Amino acid sequence: MAGHAKTDRPNQLFRNLNSKIASIPMILTAVVIFLGGTLWTVVYSFTNSKLLPRLNFVGLDQYERLWAAPRWIVSIENLAIYGFFSLIFSLVIGFLLAALMDQKIRFENTFRTIFLYPFALSFIVTGLVWQWILNPEFGVQSVVRSLGWTSFTFDPLYTPSIVIYGILIAALWQGTGLVMCLMLAGLRGIDEDIWKASRVDGIPAWRTYGQIIIPMMRPVFITTLVIIASGIVKVYDLVVAQTSGGPGIASEVPAKYVYDYMFQAQNLGQGFAASTMMLITVAIIIVPWAYLEFGGGRKRV
Amino acid sequence: MKLRLLAAALAATVVLPLGAANATDLEVTHWWTSGGEAAAVAELAKAFDATGNKWVDGAIAGSGGTARPIMISRITGGDPMGATQFNHGRQAEELVEAGLMRDLTDVATKGNWKEVIKPASLLDSCTIDGKIYCAPVNIHSWQWLWLSNGAFKQAGVEVPKNWDEFVAAAPALEKAGIVPLAVGGQPWQTAGAFDVLMIAIAGKDTFQKVFGDKDAEVAAGPEIAKVFKAADDARRMSKGSNVQDWNQATNLVITGKAGGQIMGDWAQGEFQLAGQTAGTDYTCLPGLGVNEVISTGGDAFYFPVLEDEEKSKAQDLLAETLLAPATQVAFNLKKGSLPVRGDVDLAAANDCMKKGLDILAKGNVIQSVDQLLSADIQKQKEDLFSEFFANPSITPEDAQKRFADIIASAD
Repeated sequence: MAGHAKTDRPNQLFRNLNSKIASIPMILTAVVIFLGGTLWTVVYSFTNSKLLPRLNFVGLDQYERLWAAPRWIVSIENLAIYGFFSLIFSLVIGFLLAALMDQKIRFENTFRTIFLYPFALSFIVTGLVWQWILNPEFGVQSVVRSLGWTSFTFDPLYTPSIVIYGILIAALWQGTGLVMCLMLAGLRGIDEDIWKASRVDGIPAWRTYGQIIIPMMRPVFITTLVIIASGIVKVYDLVVAQTSGGPGIASEVPAKYVYDYMFQAQNLGQGFAASTMMLITVAIIIVPWAYLEFGGGRKRV
Repeated sequence: MKLRLLAAALAATVVLPLGAANATDLEVTHWWTSGGEAAAVAELAKAFDATGNKWVDGAIAGSGGTARPIMISRITGGDPMGATQFNHGRQAEELVEAGLMRDLTDVATKGNWKEVIKPASLLDSCTIDGKIYCAPVNIHSWQWLWLSNGAFKQAGVEVPKNWDEFVAAAPALEKAGIVPLAVGGQPWQTAGAFDVLMIAIAGKDTFQKVFGDKDAEVAAGPEIAKVFKAADDARRMSKGSNVQDWNQATNLVITGKAGGQIMGDWAQGEFQLAGQTAGTDYTCLPGLGVNEVISTGGDAFYFPVLEDEEKSKAQDLLAETLLAPATQVAFNLKKGSLPVRGDVDLAAANDCMKKGLDILAKGNVIQSVDQLLSADIQKQKEDLFSEFFANPSITPEDAQKRFADIIASAD
């Protein structure tokens, strides 16, 4: 579509004038609220604002303190672990489920509903449910123990070194259904003839998936990636509901640091510095990707 | 019932001279939502309604950590309530400095607050540049060790009389399958427990030097090293108390699943609610039985500046009502806290409250950490201690070094 429009481009500015005028409010919102708010935050992260924002510049003090804070370091590590595994597992599990669903199985609708159902729950509800499931006294551990395996131990939420995986499990349970649906839509978009052709050529199914289908599904993967990645960076409510950052500070995440320091510690400057760091992290990932995807005049796919 | 009527009547007589007969609605926000707390607030509301105005209750669920950001954004965002609770101390400092809070000096002079409010440090915390900006309503102290008599009986040891005996009894408790010290996962609990240990072990002067003067050298010194050693003991003793909220931890003590808990006097309400009696079912040791000193923090009401003349008048009236002797008695009996006035009679108080009143009368008091440290420093302290208590690989020495750094950066 994009390639088509490039051929004739007289008075680009006035084409679809009505729709352009209609989108002015949204453009203003984006520029003033999102961009303006972002700039404002970055500027004030160089001040020593406490409860109220004040333009009293202190240079990089807030950033020095931020990177010296053990809690921030733990938060970053947690986000890295959580992000890495949640990206890989939700893509892999989501795709596998979708591929299985695509085998023209019976009761597909039922299964799809079951898998997608957790996504209808908020992170808060998910967090509470998994807090109970993973509780050693009521949940999985006690069930297995009551079956006779008395030495069984499974209490990730109370073990600082693995607590982040307890949160990861809950996040995957909640999120893979959506990934599956996106993937399924992608698979359904593949022409039946391609399957027929590969079958005629005698190519095994797994190779068809690996070398033909998945490369053809690139746009779906990109969309899914963006959705998962944005969910990772802003993870907050799940942690609050499941562990409130505990035990100790073992499951803290950056977004929670921002909130706690802005509002509970009444130190806006510190919170702004932390949120600016989050913005930079996102930018580091998004900018090269966007450049590869849209920049350089290269054609997509 | 009689007392309540009396309270209302007295409150009414106190405010009559002002002659404010027009009913004005005043929204009051606070975070008192548990059973006992709600009952206590109802007393305040009743006393204020008796003046012919209307108390519009704006309770915000969750603890202060949840409620304060909401209150602050309402005040700074231009939608102020009629009055709001804060812990007295530095939480509202900047709001006052920004001119968003009403000056109550006239009401205070008329009510002779300087004379009647004991200890005087409570009013000092409300005072900025010689003007009074808040009305203290109660005194809560942190320095209590609550022990389950049943748990010690089960373990076959005497109920301890001080912290050292408690530490010595811990192995026996563990052998009986009882967690010696219940500590919940909320960060403020561990930070608070450390402050209590500090007063008990290092004493009043060291406490004042560290938190009052922010002396980082003392914070890194041998006295505080002893406190960290005790905190290390507490950490070991608290292993296995997998609960989050303070009242769940208190419940472990009530049911005898845990030996004891370091918690403020608000824990008493839980014991009362469970129908337990001080002395027979549970034991309370102020200052951990070592150093009978209590801190005098608590709650205070602040009054945002309002444009409406009528409402401003009602604010003055409310401030006066809160400090009226009858309101003080009715409110604090329900709340389990101590009154801010030295001249009221609390005959109905239970044993533990009486112990607290005694210490208060003797003047063995210190300022609370809320009054001494800013929210920012407190948060960093909470981060440190919640990590310390959850992670046995942090040595007391390392933790002390980080603690001294935090104190050095305090303002």
